[in-house]
Amino acid sequence: MFRWHIDRQVAGTLAMLAAFSAVMLFLMLVFLLMEAWPVLAEGGWRAFFSHDSWYPLEGQFGLTPMIWASIAITVGAIMLAVPLGVACAVFIHFYSPKLMLKGFRLVLSLMAGIPSVVYGLWGLTELVPLIAELQPPGASMLAAILVLTLMILPTVAVTSAAALAGIPKDILAGGAALGFSDRRTIISLALPAARTGIWGGVLLAMARALGETMAVLMVAGNVVQNPSGLFEPVRALTANIALEMAYATDTHRAGLFTSGLLLTLLVLILAWLAARMTVEPAND
Amino acid sequence: MYRIVFVLLCAVSMVHSPLLSAASDRLVLTGSSTIAPLVLEMAKAFEKTHSNMRIDVQTGGSSRGVNDTRKGLADIGMVSRTLKSTEQDLTAYTIAMDGICIIVHGSNTVQTLSNQQIIDIYTGKIRNWREVGGPNRAITVVNKAEGRSTLELFLKYFQLKNSQINAHVVIGDNQQGIKTVSGNPGAIGYVSIGTAEYEQERGVAIKRLPMEGVPATVASVREANFPLARPLNLVIKGQPSPSVKRFIEFAQSTSVDNFIKAQFFVPLAH
Repeated sequence: MFRWHIDRQVAGTLAMLAAFSAVMLFLMLVFLLMEAWPVLAEGGWRAFFSHDSWYPLEGQFGLTPMIWASIAITVGAIMLAVPLGVACAVFIHFYSPKLMLKGFRLVLSLMAGIPSVVYGLWGLTELVPLIAELQPPGASMLAAILVLTLMILPTVAVTSAAALAGIPKDILAGGAALGFSDRRTIISLALPAARTGIWGGVLLAMARALGETMAVLMVAGNVVQNPSGLFEPVRALTANIALEMAYATDTHRAGLFTSGLLLTLLVLILAWLAARMTVEPAND
Repeated sequence: MYRIVFVLLCAVSMVHSPLLSAASDRLVLTGSSTIAPLVLEMAKAFEKTHSNMRIDVQTGGSSRGVNDTRKGLADIGMVSRTLKSTEQDLTAYTIAMDGICIIVHGSNTVQTLSNQQIIDIYTGKIRNWREVGGPNRAITVVNKAEGRSTLELFLKYFQLKNSQINAHVVIGDNQQGIKTVSGNPGAIGYVSIGTAEYEQERGVAIKRLPMEGVPATVASVREANFPLARPLNLVIKGQPSPSVKRFIEFAQSTSVDNFIKAQFFVPLAH
């Protein structure tokens, strides 16, 4: 199969590393299933969808409000971050003067590197009181969406910029040859050509938003209820685990592990969608 | 893409479970999950000076602490309340006090609330500060997450169930509670007295409300005057063995005051 001895060695090592990652993932799923088993086994899993709310110490295990909350926060943040992030990328690639470019890139990578707890603290001490002046309590879905937007914006911007940089020069040159304006070139040539990369970034950002814990925990208000308005507090699945795991025992603990299992499934669905979306456009 | 998903999965599912160490020459402590983190810190320090000793701390609630001690399954039980009249066969050694107080925003003109008013606010019957003599402002009810000992103490004192509480914000630790209340002029919450007093002295915009006329201070908790407080006890059955005696003496000494303060409990008057 390989011409050179070194290739065989490298291939072997890489195969082992890849297998290791796959086994780890599998073991983690097994671990989550085992910890969640006490409530899953007795048909208790139905409670997660039939109960209205989450009072584990009183035997109420409804998870659906938190699933909706996680999805609503994530979708909200994506809706804000994607236009902003792609706009950043277009600006970096097509419009920004050389001098400004370096500074702008630095700011983006700095934003990507700030720990989430710092965003959360800023949200809790600055953003939440601001929203509370508009409409109390302040800790709300809106606060969570805004903080998450800031956190995933650099991911979208950086991956989109990389995708734009990866477009073959010929395509842009073709646009110039046809006498397209910059605007036309960007909208009709550059963005469609870079869409696979941009989609990848969006899904990466989406997974980050879904899995984000600390920042959401600090600003979302954490009341278990179906998301009904931007100013209403909600609790995300991740926040639920972080809030209660340290003190949970027995079925309460198993219920929290089920939250983890659900979160994992959501991310898996996202990965499946990502695979579909990024492959299909290449076929047409 | 799959690799990215894998990394995310790792991050999401990383939840640690406590490891219990076992050794032949050891003390077993079981009981209240409120006391366990404190005793764990004490045990670490104790093991450093007594290198032949191993201390095993397990949680399961105050009742388990009582039962295990009676049956001899544990050398020492951890019980976060005073012993009941049916439990007088055990001897309790108080190691610290736990007290919580009601806090409101520093600008709130309300000076005191009756127990009934607090219950009505937390169950959503009173929704505006005007109804209790304050400014015309909506009340933001701050509650603790399920499983926290502060929540347990609060619910027990006011004889409420968590599902009766109509919360607007649910928080994890005391710091988050103080930041939430100090950032919202209409908020009411409850936190550990030790933390609240410390933060207020540092100028954070919160106000501690007295309970049944007793000021919410660390001093009144220490002197056991404060209503919303409880003792943290180590309990034993019969005569203590020399090693049990040494550990209890250590747990009641001034050398553990820092551990107690770090967990937002109140050290005893020595």
